[in-house]
Amino acid sequence: MRCQYACGTNEHGVSRRAFLGGAAGAGLAALTSPLAAKELSSKQKRVLVVWLSGGVSQLETWDPKPGTVTGGPFRAIPTSVPGIYISELLPKTAKWMHKLALVRGINTKEDDHGKGAYIMHTGRRQEPANSFPHLGSVCSKLLTTDANPLPGYLNIVPGGGGQSAADAAYLGPRFGSVGIGEGKAPANLDRPGSINNDLDQQRHMLRQAANERFLARRRSAMTEAYTQTYDQARLLMEKKSLFNIDSEAVPVGDRYGRHDFGRHCLLARRLLEGGATFVKVTHTNYDTHHENFDFHIEQLSEFDKPFSNLLEELDDRGMLESTLIMVKSEFGRTPNINRNYGRDHWSRAWSVALGGCGLKPGAVVGKTNATGTAVVDREVDGGHLFHTYLRALGFDSKRNFYVDQRPMPMADPKGAAIEEILA
Amino acid sequence: MSQQEKKGKELPKKDAPKKEEPKKAPPPPPPYPGLDPAQARMAKEFKHSAPMLACRFTPSGKFLYTSGQDNTLQRWELASGKKTDLAGHSSWVRALAFQPKGPLLISGGYDGQVFTWNAESPDPIPLRQVLAHQGWVRGLDVDATGNLAASCGNDGKVCLWNLPALTPDKSWQAHEKHAYQVLFHPSGKELVSVDLMGNTRVWDLAGKMLREGEAKALHKYDAGFGADIGGARAIAFSPDGNSIVLAGITNVSNAFAGVGNPILVVLDWATLKVKETLQSKEKFQGTMWGVAWHKAGFLAATAGGNGGMLWFFKPGAPNEFASLKLPDNARDLALHPEGKSLAIPFYGSTARIYDLTPKS
Repeated sequence: MRCQYACGTNEHGVSRRAFLGGAAGAGLAALTSPLAAKELSSKQKRVLVVWLSGGVSQLETWDPKPGTVTGGPFRAIPTSVPGIYISELLPKTAKWMHKLALVRGINTKEDDHGKGAYIMHTGRRQEPANSFPHLGSVCSKLLTTDANPLPGYLNIVPGGGGQSAADAAYLGPRFGSVGIGEGKAPANLDRPGSINNDLDQQRHMLRQAANERFLARRRSAMTEAYTQTYDQARLLMEKKSLFNIDSEAVPVGDRYGRHDFGRHCLLARRLLEGGATFVKVTHTNYDTHHENFDFHIEQLSEFDKPFSNLLEELDDRGMLESTLIMVKSEFGRTPNINRNYGRDHWSRAWSVALGGCGLKPGAVVGKTNATGTAVVDREVDGGHLFHTYLRALGFDSKRNFYVDQRPMPMADPKGAAIEEILA
Repeated sequence: MSQQEKKGKELPKKDAPKKEEPKKAPPPPPPYPGLDPAQARMAKEFKHSAPMLACRFTPSGKFLYTSGQDNTLQRWELASGKKTDLAGHSSWVRALAFQPKGPLLISGGYDGQVFTWNAESPDPIPLRQVLAHQGWVRGLDVDATGNLAASCGNDGKVCLWNLPALTPDKSWQAHEKHAYQVLFHPSGKELVSVDLMGNTRVWDLAGKMLREGEAKALHKYDAGFGADIGGARAIAFSPDGNSIVLAGITNVSNAFAGVGNPILVVLDWATLKVKETLQSKEKFQGTMWGVAWHKAGFLAATAGGNGGMLWFFKPGAPNEFASLKLPDNARDLALHPEGKSLAIPFYGSTARIYDLTPKS
């Protein structure tokens, strides 16, 4: 469903302010109590998603099966939580397991990259007649204040792109993702040297006047987003230093690593610390149909150090309790090892790692069988996870958004939160 | 007119002109006495319960050793097919080497460990073991004296070990990336190591680098996937020791799907310059996983990818002179010490012996 809030009313959705103010008339008061609202307003909640693009192997990460026919060559190592073992490819992350939680019983029944990603971003399966907002867009809407100079959904990707208004679906394009390609600040944040403050202000007023004239006749979600983007860009210009990771001390950058993912994790920390609501960092690529094991060594060694360092820095800054962490992919990989030492797409039994805000640290829920081919305990899907994310952030995931007075459940009504890992 | 006249008069046979017999080219002398790779055929097969990884014959030629994805080694008595399983490693083993005159087998695993075994004993058990590398052991060799072993691995190090005690002799950081292969030169005075990037380095036995080359064809950084692919998957010296051949994958267009072609890169030992590259006539998608340089002068190489292939190359010719389609993905290759057969371990949990002699 497309955003239709060009009707000129505000009932189409709820800003964070309205949300906290108890806009119950619009059916959007997802917060459970004024106390919770106060808590939220005093302590911003944030989300960090580390997206392991292509489908990381659960057997080489969170649910190893060493010594079995499907286990591959890697061993399992103990973590900081007694009794929890993960792959030897994650030695540094293993030391932070007491701050993480594992969901080992995921069955999303979708082995296609695009469709699997959609499930993991929206908590729903794709439908011909409906599209649903990504978690980043939902968080942008629910958690980002209008005064926040940073876009609500920041998407750090290697290469270009990462920007999609469509991610917001019916919430409207202003809540879409803003791409931070190559970890570089959005283009043109510097005001041309020939324009001074006065001139800039005059320019802005002229644009505003033109906008208002235009909007009086042709108000739409797209035009609102356009206007809002300009306003936000003005604010963002003052925050451009956040994107300058070179301003960090050399040892700080060294700890993250100088490769793309290391630099992007450092940028994510700076953005979260600078007030960003939702930051997604993509690490590519894990689609290892060929030589899965060599490539997982290569990719996970690049993941392990910066990710664990990011956890450490968020913890040091007291931000971990208010930052929901997710490490996920579009699906896992086959327990079967193919003839080219590869693993193929596998959505029937796989894992994600979560942590931080609203979750029980060190928890594990779900179990797969001895060879990892099936879930044998506490099977969950993308819908369960989406409910869990919202609950961990303090929202009632059973509530609705309203679009033209039509209720749109925030999360798949067929699902429910994974209570076992909620704090 | 009589019937005979209609047909024309038949001349007496003795007066008929002799038909020119097409001159038959004399059969070429067998290029490799006692061998005909063009007639290579499967002679025996040994079935295991897990996909196989590597293989080597014992110097006596009595046994074939293989390794499997179940972390075990298997010993097969060639005459009887009798199988003995060897347990010890806690991960896959892709590096096997023998003392030239026996009796030690050295095995290197993805558990970072090197083991020694008595290869000919009735029931081999680990004699010594050592944590040799941080990460996988990828390559192993034993020098001509049988007193020194070399290993390399994902830590980029080359380590030398005294045999039979398996005590450390020397080790050094030979590569920045994963070291894939290590091999003693037949002279015994030098050794060579090759890494993921195709960097090829020659060392003296004290760990001093003597020269360096690179087999660029064996490496690619796949920007789409953000990963390196390459390295020498197998390595061998020419019988005269003047050349070295590296096996791998080239022309990679999609690293994570294995879209590329098997290749052999032959380097001049003295300079480490590329002398030639050898590839199959028909494009095959996959990786060259095994190579051996026969003392008769030809190379045998095997690939896995879209199925399996066995090719025979002559140095100086860019393509194979003989080939055999294999039933499955091949993962290594070993020549029998007598040179009349070779062994290939397969993904399909089977090792097969191929006879290289002419059919009787």
